Amino acid sequence: MQKITGLAKKRILELLADGTVTKVLGWVPGDFCYDVTPAYFETAEEVEGMIYDSFCGANLSKYLINGCKTLEEGGKILVLLKPCDTYSFNQLLNEHRIDRDKIYVIGVGCKGMADIEKIKAQGVKGVTKIIDNGDTFEIKTIYGDKTVAKKDVLLEKCLSCKGKEHKAFDEVIDPEPETEQEIKDRFEKVKEVEAMTAEERYNFWSGELSKCIRCNACRNICPACSCMKCVFDNPRSGVASKANTDTFEEKMFHIIRAFHVAGRCTDCGECSRVCPQGIPLHLLNRKFIKDINEFYGDYQAGEEEGQRAPLVNFDFEDVEPSIVEEKGGN
Amino acid sequence: MQVNENNEVKKEFKPLIVAFCCNWCSYAGADLAGTSRLSYPADVKIIRVPCSCRVNPMFILKAFEKGADGVIMCGCHPGDCHYSTGNYYARRRMTLLFSMLDFLGVDRARTRVEWVSAAEGQKFALVMNDFAKKIHELGENVKLGDLRCKK
Amino acid sequence: MYQISIDNLNTLFEKIAAVRSLYMPVKKNDQVNFHKWEEGTEYCKDELKTVKSAKDLFFPQSENIVAFKKEGKKISVETGELPSEKFVLFGVRACDEKSFEILDKVFLSEPADQFYKARRLNGLVVTTACGAPEESCFCTVFGINPAEPKGDVTTWIADGKLFWQANSEEGKAFTEEIKDVFVDGDDSAVEAQKKQIAEIMEKLPLTGLSLEGWNGDVTMEKFNQPQWAELSEACLGCGTCTFVCPTCQCYDVRDYDTGHGIQRFRCWDSCMYSDFTMMAHGTNRPTQLQRFRQRFMHKLVYFPANNDGEYSCVGCGRCVSKCPISMNIAKVIKAFGGDKK
Repeated sequence: MQKITGLAKKRILELLADGTVTKVLGWVPGDFCYDVTPAYFETAEEVEGMIYDSFCGANLSKYLINGCKTLEEGGKILVLLKPCDTYSFNQLLNEHRIDRDKIYVIGVGCKGMADIEKIKAQGVKGVTKIIDNGDTFEIKTIYGDKTVAKKDVLLEKCLSCKGKEHKAFDEVIDPEPETEQEIKDRFEKVKEVEAMTAEERYNFWSGELSKCIRCNACRNICPACSCMKCVFDNPRSGVASKANTDTFEEKMFHIIRAFHVAGRCTDCGECSRVCPQGIPLHLLNRKFIKDINEFYGDYQAGEEEGQRAPLVNFDFEDVEPSIVEEKGGN
Repeated sequence: MQVNENNEVKKEFKPLIVAFCCNWCSYAGADLAGTSRLSYPADVKIIRVPCSCRVNPMFILKAFEKGADGVIMCGCHPGDCHYSTGNYYARRRMTLLFSMLDFLGVDRARTRVEWVSAAEGQKFALVMNDFAKKIHELGENVKLGDLRCKK
Repeated sequence: MYQISIDNLNTLFEKIAAVRSLYMPVKKNDQVNFHKWEEGTEYCKDELKTVKSAKDLFFPQSENIVAFKKEGKKISVETGELPSEKFVLFGVRACDEKSFEILDKVFLSEPADQFYKARRLNGLVVTTACGAPEESCFCTVFGINPAEPKGDVTTWIADGKLFWQANSEEGKAFTEEIKDVFVDGDDSAVEAQKKQIAEIMEKLPLTGLSLEGWNGDVTMEKFNQPQWAELSEACLGCGTCTFVCPTCQCYDVRDYDTGHGIQRFRCWDSCMYSDFTMMAHGTNRPTQLQRFRQRFMHKLVYFPANNDGEYSCVGCGRCVSKCPISMNIAKVIKAFGGDKK
């Protein structure tokens, strides 16, 4: 990781110096080794403060919407994208939300990003320093030290990594490409829920969704949620409620949100990462992806430029909606 | 009306069914059913839409929110859409939405899509009778719906 | 000081629950929040911070205020009943307890908010000292002592025992009601814990923050600083910080159309939202920079200006650990030069 940071910084400084780019989008460190924040850099001095480590899970592609809009005439913005982020990037390009000519993409290698919540769940408290040793994290806390295996604390999205290949880039910096990683079937949990009885499913989701505090973090971080005005913010839509006042409302919000990104969601997993109440929101998106794959053929949003999303497409021979009932089961 | 042993009057369940019908085929089909004097349950409330493709998933959820026990969407047969392809898009949307409702544990039998042409008054009556019967069997919808809307 | 063994806590809870409703930090669906105690509920004694703060119990995320019902041509108005449930709020940390004091300034100053007031009068606050503060804690910056929280009753969990000390009149009266579950005994463990907590707080990374320069008189000076642009550029405009914050008190009043009437409710609102205090002419804070600045200026400048210098932050650190992009009040204070360490 440190190697990539060094190489990326060197390259960014070159590109800034020769005028190829005028602005850089990356991450800055915070107070405790894990709280990195996305940030813009414009000078060589600022770039020195940049960081790229195992806690840079945030997907920067959505920032490009605003970045492109506010860019000065003739400027170009450099962005650091991990392999999975490039899917969102392509999707935004396909939807004409960002301008390719104004962006310079450096694809940075990734070995999986860590989830501080998972680290804390292992009983870690009072972190003062985290040392990345490749396969393990050495965590220093005021209550003693602890070592955790990296594979045990990866972000949910990284457990079923889409691959280490960048789908869009101007150049790639990846000095030590990943060799092998155990990949979990991303539909595993979806299948598990599907196998429950209707009553169990209902209880499972009621329990999870009742935690929702309607902070809108899932929506605002989502690269696919790029509407200028969300239907849930529009007082004329009849559904603009700022809090869940009824159990139905929280369900409606999440069903509709997942539906609005169905076929466009690249499964970047940011929604679940940012949820303050730990609701497994990615399951809703993955359910749509699984259905789309089953009904209309395999489709991965953002895999390439110029795709046509399944919900703005059709086939004369498509399955009838009654298939849901025919599939039976529980 | 039923009166049980304790002399409590139990109100008979009268389902509320919302039918979204496309203007060009299914709504005309409903008309034909009416003029042909075919009967279908009065529990079915028809909402006319320009095309089945106009039905936003939010409409379906809104109908449930306000107390519907079943929601059915009717459109032109695939290939016969007044706007050529609207119902093909609607078909994909509804398939995914119904599957999602099922995933959340809501009775999937409460939602249905049927293709009814302007000439199929009989089919319209049949479909509505059948759907109303199903909903009647399922009983009141308690899983989807805003409690505040209940009187 | 009264005490009871940790293993017997359930006896205490049963006793309390027999006379009043009892709320405490409980894990449900993997997240710890304040929930009602029932037989079999497990108290999360080691959890420092519930996801939602304890303000939820006095100022719930949403509550019905009034209903309008239409029958024929008649419209009737039904005002909501004031909450009457007597309850004990157990396991409140020092920071959350302090937040009640701040909320009181807003809701209890005339004209007092009747719903809030009723809940405050019905609720008895039992606090618990923080045995093991975390890196995100910085309550001491705001003059709060995590080793000696206030409230009607203060408790310490140390040495396998829970120590109970009633502070207020209500607290003492309530203690009388349930005192037969307690035993008297040596409380040297409490003093030891207090000392230990003070030492830990010294070591935490954020407790060295300095609030110098932040007061009610610096509105224009701080308002026009260039730092705001940089600090806010990554802000997503979600309401996570606001909704987990124990002192954020803004709310919106909305109408819900039930089909046969209107249900008017109030719910938490966030100054981070694009439709916050929306008016006929539109919004008066069109950019995220302005919204972001509003939140922190309110906490560190506007609130002290109107409330005798009291900040409306208690350093609980919930925003520090929950913000999706890790931007928080501590970083804001630092950006303005408030880093002593």
